[in-house]
Amino acid sequence: MKSFSIGGIHAPENKLTADKATVTGALPSQAVVLLNQHLGAPATPVVAKGETVKTGQIIAKASGMISACIHAPVSGKVLKIDECVDASGYKKPAIYIVREGDEWMEDIDRTDTFVDRFDWTPEQIREKIAAAGITGMGGAGFPTHVKLSPPPGKKAEVLIVNAVECEPYLTADHRLMLEKGREIVMGLRLLMKGVGVTRGIIAIENNKKDAIAYMKSLVSADMGIEVVALKVKYPQGGEKQLIDAAIGRQVPSGALPVDVGAIVQNVATVFAAYEAVQKNKPLIERIITVTGKTLSAPGNFWMRLGTSMQEVMDMAGGLPEDAGKIIGGGPMMGKPLVSLTVPMTKGSSGLLVLPNLEAPRKEIRNCIRCAKCVDACPMGLEPYLFMTLTQHEEWDKLEKERIMDCIECGCCTFSCPSTRPLLDYLRIGKQKVGGIIRARNQKKVG
Amino acid sequence: MGNKFFVSLAPHIHGGDSIEKKMYGVLIALLPALAVSVYVFGVGALVVTGISVLSCVLFEYVLQRFVLKVQPTVTDGSAILTGLLLAFNLPSNLPFWIILIGAMAAIGIGKMSFGGLGNNPFNPAIVGRVFLLISFPSQMTTWPNAFERSYVDASTGATPLDMVKNHFGDLPSFSELLMGQSGGSLGELGALALLLGGLFMLYRGIITWHIPVVILLTAFVSAFCFSLLAPESFYAYQTGSSLGNALAYAGFHLVSGGMMLGAFFMATDYVTSPMTPRGQLLYAFGIGLITILIRVFGAYPEGMSFAIFLMNGVTPLINTYIKPKRFGEVRK
Amino acid sequence: MNVTLLAILSLAALGIVLAIILYVTAQKFKVYEDPRIDEVEAALPGANCGGCGFAGCRSFAGACVSGPNPEGLFCPVGGNSTMAAVAKIMGREAVEAAPTLAVLRCNGTCDLRPKTNTYDGASTCAIAAMTSGGDTGCSFGCLGLADCCNVCQFDALHMDPVTGLPVVDEDKCTSCGACVRACPKGLFEIRKKGPKSRRIFVACRNMDKGAVAKKSCAVACIGCGKCEKVCEFDAITIANNLAYIDADACKLCRKCVEVCPTNAIHELNFPPRKPKVTAQVAETIN
Repeated sequence: MKSFSIGGIHAPENKLTADKATVTGALPSQAVVLLNQHLGAPATPVVAKGETVKTGQIIAKASGMISACIHAPVSGKVLKIDECVDASGYKKPAIYIVREGDEWMEDIDRTDTFVDRFDWTPEQIREKIAAAGITGMGGAGFPTHVKLSPPPGKKAEVLIVNAVECEPYLTADHRLMLEKGREIVMGLRLLMKGVGVTRGIIAIENNKKDAIAYMKSLVSADMGIEVVALKVKYPQGGEKQLIDAAIGRQVPSGALPVDVGAIVQNVATVFAAYEAVQKNKPLIERIITVTGKTLSAPGNFWMRLGTSMQEVMDMAGGLPEDAGKIIGGGPMMGKPLVSLTVPMTKGSSGLLVLPNLEAPRKEIRNCIRCAKCVDACPMGLEPYLFMTLTQHEEWDKLEKERIMDCIECGCCTFSCPSTRPLLDYLRIGKQKVGGIIRARNQKKVG
Repeated sequence: MGNKFFVSLAPHIHGGDSIEKKMYGVLIALLPALAVSVYVFGVGALVVTGISVLSCVLFEYVLQRFVLKVQPTVTDGSAILTGLLLAFNLPSNLPFWIILIGAMAAIGIGKMSFGGLGNNPFNPAIVGRVFLLISFPSQMTTWPNAFERSYVDASTGATPLDMVKNHFGDLPSFSELLMGQSGGSLGELGALALLLGGLFMLYRGIITWHIPVVILLTAFVSAFCFSLLAPESFYAYQTGSSLGNALAYAGFHLVSGGMMLGAFFMATDYVTSPMTPRGQLLYAFGIGLITILIRVFGAYPEGMSFAIFLMNGVTPLINTYIKPKRFGEVRK
Repeated sequence: MNVTLLAILSLAALGIVLAIILYVTAQKFKVYEDPRIDEVEAALPGANCGGCGFAGCRSFAGACVSGPNPEGLFCPVGGNSTMAAVAKIMGREAVEAAPTLAVLRCNGTCDLRPKTNTYDGASTCAIAAMTSGGDTGCSFGCLGLADCCNVCQFDALHMDPVTGLPVVDEDKCTSCGACVRACPKGLFEIRKKGPKSRRIFVACRNMDKGAVAKKSCAVACIGCGKCEKVCEFDAITIANNLAYIDADACKLCRKCVEVCPTNAIHELNFPPRKPKVTAQVAETIN
C-alpha cells in the first residue's frame, strides 16, 4: 500500500467517534463570526450594528486577492462589530449576531435532495465557490477559489481529495464520507470541471475501510476518479506528503503543488463546493468532532460557524471535570484554546479535551542525539539542529538548513525521548527566518 | 470560568518514549551476553561487572551532586549502561582498583567533563577502556582462559585473536566461538548471545540496522580481501582452498573479539554516532575498516575500541557535511 | 666552527629574504584605513552591544569617521562623555543628547492581574507570545519569562520573584535597547532619564476598551482621558484606549499621576508626598 517516502510516525489513533453518526447541533443564542477565518486579508464587514440579517446572507466581503467572503450563520440582529479572542489566543475583529429564529435567504436550497446538474461552465463553478466563501477546511484555510485558479503558465493535471484525516481522534471527514458520499463525488466532478482537469483521486487512509469501500462503490471509471487507499501514517494529510503518497511526485522546496501538476482539496471543502454550486448554500456550517477520553457523550456534530466552543462542548455532554487542556483541532497540529469562549470557524474540524493527567508536558531533558527527530521528520530535516541554532540565533544557518521547509507537523516533538520542545523553537526560527527573507525580497523589488 | 487550562503549542500528545526506556532496553539486550560471561568466567565476571556498574553510578552521582551541583540523573540508566559496557571491555581478573580508575575515567573524563549525557563526544565506556589499555597494558591484555571461574588466581592465556595474529596455539572452533567458549574480555565471547541482544534492540526500535550491518559487512569484506591477497599470512582455519580459508578468516573476525559487542552496543551509542542514516553508513564503514586494519597490521590484536574511538571523533564532521535526504530534493 | 658559522649565515640570509617578501606583500596588499577609526574605537565602551544600530563598536567608529553627518550617530552606552571624546578626535562639535534609560511599560504584577490559564510551553517569552496572548486576560502585558533579562549584557535587568516583572537597575542600564528588541510585547521604551532621574510614564500598553482592560488587570490604562484633560502642557495623547506621555513635553508636574483612576501612571524618584501614594506606586519607586 502506498504512503509518503520520508519519515512519519504512528500515533495512537483514538478515533473514539468513528461510528457515531452526525447529529445536527443546537442553534447558538449568539454567533460570533470572526472576520479572518482564512489565510490572507480579513474580510470587510458589509453590515452595520443593529441591522437584521438572514441565515446565509453575506455579512463581510472578501478584500484583496487572497481573502474570502463571510456569511451570516444564523438569522438575527447584528449586536456589534468588536473584538473576540480566537484560537490564537489574541483578540481579532468579529461580527456579533444575536440569533432570532432561523430565517434563511430565499435562494438557498435547504432540502436533502441530491442534485446532479452538470451544465455549469468552469467560470460559473469558480464564481459560485468564491461567492460562497469556501476555504480549505482542513485547518490552514486557504481560500478555495484562489487555489482553483493556478498562476498563469502552470497547468494542473490531477485533483487530489484529501480524505486522509491522519490526525488522531478526529472523525469529521470519515463521517462526512459515509453520510454524504454521493455529494462528495459530485463536488469533486464539479471542481475538476472548474479547474479543467480530467483526473481525480480520493485519498483515504486504510483505517477507514468502510469509507474506502463506500466511495469505491460510488465512482466509476468514466468519471476519471480513482479511490486510493493509503497506509496509515502521520502526517499523510500534509499537502506535500499526500501528493507524494498519491501520485509519487515530490513538490520541491519553495514550490507549489501545482508545479508538479497537483491541486489538493480537503474532503469537507469538496462537499462545501457541492452545496455552493448545486444548492446555492454558502459555507455557514460544518461537522466538528467533539472528543476526548473523559467526555460523557463524544460525537460528530453539524454546527453553525460562530457558535462558541462552550455550546459545542455542551452538545457532547459538557466539559468533564478533569479537563486539563482544550484543543481546537487534532492533537498533533491543533491550537490550544485559552477558554471555551472561542467561536467556531471554517477550519474547526475538532474540539479535543485532554484530561489533567495527559495534558501537561514532561520535563525537558538533555538532547541525547538519538536522531529520532531526524528519522521522524517527513521533510528530511534535522529538528535537533534547528532548536540549537534558534537558541543561538544563527538565522543564516537556519535558512541554509532549509528551516522554511518545515510543515510544523509535530513528529519531532512527538518522538523525542527527552521531551524537548523542538517544534516550539522551530516555529520561532521559521518566524525570524521568514521575516528576514521577506525583508530581503522587498529590498530586491524596491 | 474557574478552569485554568494548560496552554502550550502543538503537538499536544507525546509518543511516550523516554531516555529510561532506551537505556533499560539496551541493558535488557545485554543480559544474555552477561549470562554467557558469568557461565564462562564465574565469580570473576560477577565481581568485575558489579564493581564497574556500582562505581560508575557512584561517580556520576557524586560528580553531579557535589561538583556540578545539578540534579543527579543516575536513575536514567545511562551510568549503569556505561558501567556494564565498561565491564564487558575488561578481563575478568582485573584488580578492583584498576576498575575504579576505569570507571572514573569513563564517567569523569568521558562524560561529565563535557556536561553529562548528550554532550560527550566519545563513548564513555570506550574512553574508560582506552584509558586503561594505555595505562595498564599488561593487566589489560592478560585474559583468563575459558571456564576459569575465580576472580583472583585464574590461569591466563591468549585470546583467539592473539592466536590468529601470531599463528600459535589451539584455536577454538567456530561453534565454540559462537557459544562463547573462549578466553577474552567479558563481552568478547558469546557472539550468538550478543547477536540475540542486538536483534532485540532492532525489534524494539532502539537502534536501526545501518550501523551494525555495515560494520559487520565492511569487516567481513575487508578481512576476506586481505586473506585472499596474502593467503599465507592471514588465515584462521585450514580448509584446503585459499577461497575457503579467506571465508573462514573473515567469518572468524566477525565472531571473535569485540566485533559483535562493538557493532551492536558500542558503535550504536546515540550520543556519539552520526544523526543521519547516510552519515551512519559512512561512520560504520570507517569503524569496520579501521578495526580490520588494526587487527591485521596494528600492534594490538584487537582494534574495535580504537576504531570506534576514532570514528566518534569524526562524527561532528559527518554531522556537518552529511545531511538527510530532503523532501523534494532533485535527484542529480 | 665552520658549521656554526654556516648555520648562522644561512639563517640570517633566510631571515632577510623572508623579511623582504613580507614587506613587499604588506605594501602590495595594503588597505588604507583611516587611523582615526582606531582612535575612535578606543574611545568607545567596547561592549559591542549594538545599541547604536551598528553591528559592533568598530563599525560604529567607521561610520563616525566616514559619515559627513554626525546626526543620529550616538553611543547610548558611553553617553555624552564618550561622544565628546569622539567629537574631539574628529575635531567637531559634540552632539549632546539627554541621557536615557529603559522603562518597563507594564505593572501587571501577579496579584493585580489574575491568571486565566497555565502556560505550559518552553520557558521563553518569544514562544509564549506565539502560543497565546499570555496566561492572563491581558494580551499586551508582561509574560514574565525573562527574555529581556537574558539579553541584557549589563546585568541591569532582573526578575522580581514576587511581582513576576523585570526590574530595571537604573545605575547599570545603558539604554542599549537590547530589551526593547527582545520583548515580544514591546513593553520596553528608551525614555529620557529626566532631571534627577525623575520620570513620569504610563506603565501600561493595554489597548483594549476600558471595561475589558480593567477586568483583566487592576492597574491597566483604561483610556479614560482624565490625564489628557488635566495636563497643562499637551504632553499626553490618547490613542487606541491608551494614554502616552511625551517625555519631551512633560514638565513633571505630576497632576496626571493624581487623577489616574487606576494608578497606571508612574512617577519615579520623586520625593515622597503626603497624600495618597498607594502601595503600588511606592513599591515601584523602591
